[in-house]
Amino acid sequence: MASTSPPLPNARPSPRDLLREQLATVLPHALVTLPDDLPDLIRTADVVVHADALPEVVQFVIDHLGYGLLSDLAAVDYVEHGLFELVYRFYSIGGGGDLVIKVRVPRDQPDVPSLMAILPAAMLHEREAYDLFGIRFIGHPNLRRIYMWDEFEGFPMRKDFPKQGDNYIGEGA
Amino acid sequence: MITTDELQINIGPQHPSTHGVFRMLITVDGETVVNLEPVFGYLHRNHEQLAEVNTYLQNMPYTDRLDYFNSMANNHAYALAVEKLAGIEVPERAEYIRVLMVELTRILNHAGAVGFMINDMGAWQTPLAFGIREREKILDLFELVSGARMMCNYFRFGGVVRDLPDDFIPRLKKLMVAMPAYIDELERLLRENEILLARSEGIGILPREVAVSYGVTGPVLRGSGIAYDIRKAEPYSIYDRFDFDVPVGSVGDVYDRFLVRIEEMRQSRRILEQIIEQLPDASGGHINPKARQNVRPPVGDAYARIESPKGELGFYLVSDGSTKPYRYKVRAPSFINLTPLGDMCRGYKVADIVVILGSIDIVMGEVDR
Repeated sequence: MASTSPPLPNARPSPRDLLREQLATVLPHALVTLPDDLPDLIRTADVVVHADALPEVVQFVIDHLGYGLLSDLAAVDYVEHGLFELVYRFYSIGGGGDLVIKVRVPRDQPDVPSLMAILPAAMLHEREAYDLFGIRFIGHPNLRRIYMWDEFEGFPMRKDFPKQGDNYIGEGA
Repeated sequence: MITTDELQINIGPQHPSTHGVFRMLITVDGETVVNLEPVFGYLHRNHEQLAEVNTYLQNMPYTDRLDYFNSMANNHAYALAVEKLAGIEVPERAEYIRVLMVELTRILNHAGAVGFMINDMGAWQTPLAFGIREREKILDLFELVSGARMMCNYFRFGGVVRDLPDDFIPRLKKLMVAMPAYIDELERLLRENEILLARSEGIGILPREVAVSYGVTGPVLRGSGIAYDIRKAEPYSIYDRFDFDVPVGSVGDVYDRFLVRIEEMRQSRRILEQIIEQLPDASGGHINPKARQNVRPPVGDAYARIESPKGELGFYLVSDGSTKPYRYKVRAPSFINLTPLGDMCRGYKVADIVVILGSIDIVMGEVDR
């Protein structure tokens, strides 16, 4: 006779745990294991993957977990910790909560593979992150400035970008 | 043998059909569009960096200026994000007032969007006046509650800034009696007009799979036949209490997007009716008295999104434990919905571009930020 034990409350894993679990078996090289002693600001419960493995992970998320809607890509400059964090946010057309994939790259070499070949939705998101943060998306067919003018130097949303004065309007303007 | 060359033309940045300062660099072969590249940034003011030097509350009036048609919806999304980050509760009555304002916003946005779209088709001014007429009456209500017609700045963390005045509900009821006839009238402008049908049917088709891969949301996605509405897909606030339908299109052309907007106005009116019925029984006041406005959220990040009239409007906030956001990112629907513009216009005529752009419904304050 089959066991009839009632299902445990919250037995269904959250999308985040499901992704972590599945990646551990399918793409174990993609997952980044964060040290336990990180400062509060850059500690995260979300799935962090290696930049090189991002396209594989995204393809997996679309094909096997059904999260086909790239909703948002936010870049964050953690200047004291020397890294940029990219927060990719996916949703499923069937509804439900988000699935977050984070990528961390060093500030001195911010190279991330572009998602353009997999998801054209990344087009404007990636151009925006390039323009304001200087993150280079390798393989993006049209990685040009989007908000600032083409001759502009520097990346204005970086935390170390001077808040006053620039080449165009002079000191302290 | 006569050879022909392709020609490059700029539409904008100063062009009446671009709804602000937006440039489209188009390559044409005769009258047919071969390629279209949108050029952004003419209204860029680094909104996100301004937000990093302001306190959380100081950013509330700035969100009004993102999409100046929908200031109430912008306020809602931002308030939700901060409340999620700081763990602030919202009383029931405040939730009803918020949803009431956002649904009124949806009606006025769609009335404006449809009016401007018909304007873009060449029916100059008169149909737009039909669209704007009812919008003005809704703006009167906004003025009544917030003191401002467009830059309302009405929401606060934990509720709204002040309760509804006594004559608000009677005036709203009066407005809603006239609304169905008005919506029907607006629909008839397109449904029964041969010329407008010719300009919108089969134009700017966005197939459903393409729409998803481009990440579009809102009426554009639903016009392509996907019933994805955040109010249903991931209910926030108190949307799970209301009974309403999500209209979808079948082909994904300009005409479908128009019909989806018209139907959404009717559904918003249905929600308003339910709010008027349930509001007197709602518990609590218009704001959580314990909610501090000079919030100092714990270290962490939060993302909150709403179904704004134009699509998914989200705010991503990172807190470092101080009174100012460490990072403030706006996920603007107008901006992301422009991603497939090139594909949607390819193969159509130059005159169709303005109609297709009008059917996406953009506001440059939100696109360029």
